[in-house]
Amino acid sequence: MLKIEAILQPSKLDAVKDALLEASIEGMTILEARGHGRQKGHTEFYRGREYSVDLLPKIKIELVVTDDQKDKALQAIIGAARTGRIGDGKIFISHIDEAIRIRNDERGETAI
Amino acid sequence: MCRGIKLLILSAVLAFPALTLAQPAAPDAPATQAQITALQQSVQAAQAASASAQSAGDNAWMLVSAALVLLMTGPGLALFYGGLVRKKNVLGTLMQSFSMIGIVTILWAVVGYSLAFGHGNSFIGGFEHLFLRGVGLAPNPDYAPTIPEQTYMIYQMMFAIITPALITGAFAERMKFSAMAIFLSLWSLFVYCPMAHMVWGIGGLLNAAGGRIPSLDFAGGTVVHITSGVSALVTCIYLGKRVGYPYTKMQPHSMVISFIGACLLWVGWFGFNAGSALGAGSLATSAFVNTHFAAAAAAVGWSIAEWIHNGKPTALGAISGAVAGLVAITPASGFVQPMSALAIGFIAGVFCFFMVFIVKSFFGYDDSLDAFGVHGAGGTMGALLTGIFATSVINPIFKNAAGKTLASGAVDGHWSQMLNQSAGVAISWSISIVGTLVLLFVVDKVVGLRLTPEQEAEGLDLSQHNEEGYDLNS
Repeated sequence: MLKIEAILQPSKLDAVKDALLEASIEGMTILEARGHGRQKGHTEFYRGREYSVDLLPKIKIELVVTDDQKDKALQAIIGAARTGRIGDGKIFISHIDEAIRIRNDERGETAI
Repeated sequence: MCRGIKLLILSAVLAFPALTLAQPAAPDAPATQAQITALQQSVQAAQAASASAQSAGDNAWMLVSAALVLLMTGPGLALFYGGLVRKKNVLGTLMQSFSMIGIVTILWAVVGYSLAFGHGNSFIGGFEHLFLRGVGLAPNPDYAPTIPEQTYMIYQMMFAIITPALITGAFAERMKFSAMAIFLSLWSLFVYCPMAHMVWGIGGLLNAAGGRIPSLDFAGGTVVHITSGVSALVTCIYLGKRVGYPYTKMQPHSMVISFIGACLLWVGWFGFNAGSALGAGSLATSAFVNTHFAAAAAAVGWSIAEWIHNGKPTALGAISGAVAGLVAITPASGFVQPMSALAIGFIAGVFCFFMVFIVKSFFGYDDSLDAFGVHGAGGTMGALLTGIFATSVINPIFKNAAGKTLASGAVDGHWSQMLNQSAGVAISWSISIVGTLVLLFVVDKVVGLRLTPEQEAEGLDLSQHNEEGYDLNS
C-alpha cells in the first residue's frame, strides 16, 4: 500500500478530484496548506513598505492506494494539475504499514 | 357631497370674523379693544407655536445627530480599527473604543461638561455644572437657544467620547488595557476639556464669537482631530514600535470589517458636522453637503495618488482617503461653499496619502493605524484651509459691534484670519504634546504602559481579556 501526497495549486483541486474519481479512486483527504518551493513566493506592498510573502496558499491531497492503483492515480493527478508553469506542485510517495477500517476492523488492502 | 359641506362650513368660519370686524365699531369702544387684544393673543400664540415647531425640528435633528456621532465610535471607529489589526488583537481593539463610550460618559456627566462648557476663564471652565447641576431641559442661550441644554450636553458628550478613542489607533496592538483606560480618562479631562473650552466654551480664548483670538472651527478640527492625532504621534513614539516592526508583515486581518467601519464613519459624520449647526436650519444643510463633498473628493484624491505611486488603488487607500477628507472638512464644514469643500477634500486626500506613505516611512515611527497621518495631519491641513475658504456668505460668524457682518476667511479678503487659524493649530499641538507626555510618564510609572513581548505575541484578546475574537470551529 502506498500513500500519495500531492501539493497543488488551489485552483486545480476540482480538476484533480474529478480525474481521480474517473480513475475509480474514491478515498482521499484534502487539506488547506501554505508553503513555497524554490521560488520563495513574491513581494507585496503595504503602507509604503515592501514585504516578502513566502507562505502561499496551497491544497494538499492525501491518498492511500494499492500498489496496482499507483500508476492510474499518478496519471490522474499529473494530467489534471500540470500547466507547465512554476507553482504546479509536487507529489511524494511513501509506504504504508497498515490500513484499518474503523467501522468493522477490516485490515490491509480491503480497508483502503 | 361631503366636500361641498366642508367648503360651506369653511367659508362660514372664514367669513365670520370679516363680518364681525366689518361692523362699525365706534359706538362700542371696549368691544374693539377686546378684539385687538384677542388678535394680539392669537399672533403671540402663532409665534410661540412657530418657535416651538422650530425648536422641535432643531431638537429632533440634534438628538439624531448625537446618535449618529455615537455610531461613529461604536461601531464605526471600533470596526475601522478592528479590521486593520491582526486577528489576535481584534477584541482588544474593539474594547478600547467601547470602553471610552462607558468611561467618558461618566466623566463627562460628573465633571467633563462643566470643565468644557461651564463659566471659567479663557482656558478652562469651572465646576458650576458638577454632576450636571443646572443642566436641565431649558435651553442655554450661550450655546444653543432652541434646544434643551441636556440635548447640547449629550451631543457634546459624543465628541468627548470619540476623541480619545481616535488616539488608540496609534498604540494599537501594544498597550495594556488598564493603562489605556487610565491614560485616556486623564487625557479627556486635561487635554480635551480645556481645548473644547478654548474653542467652543463661553469666554474661550479661541472662541469665534468673542474670544481674544477668534478661530474658526465648526465641528472640531482642532479640538478633536489635531489633539487626538498629535497625541497619537507622541504616544506611538513614547511607547516604541511593535515587536517586529517594520520587517514583519502586519496586515489587516479583515479589510471587510474596516470597510464597514469606514462607511459608518462617513454616515455618522453627518451628525458630527451638520449637527454642529446646533439646529435644523440651512446651516446644517451647508455642513451636510460640504461633509459629503469633501469625503468623496478625498477618496478620489487618495486613490489617484496611490494609483500613480503604487500602481494600483487599494480599498484601504480609498477608505483612508475618505476619512482624511472628512477630517479636513470638519473645521470648515459650516463656513465654506460646496465647491471649496471639493477642493479641501481633494487636497486633504493627496496630502494625507503623502503623510502616510512617504513621511511615515521616512521617519520610521510606528503609527499603527495612521491616527497621526490622517487625523493629526488632516486636521492641521483642514484648520488652515478653513482660514482660506471660510466665507460670511455661508456663515456670517464675525460681526462688528453694530451687528454688521464682517469677512470670514481669505476668500472674503480677510487674510489675517490665517494668523488666528495658525494660533489655534499651534495651541492644540502644544497642549497635546505637553499634556500627553506628562500623562504618559505618570501612567507609565504607576501602572506601566506596554505589554510584555510575550503578551504582545499572544495578542491583546487573550492577554488582556481572556477571550478570542473568532472561534469559527466551535
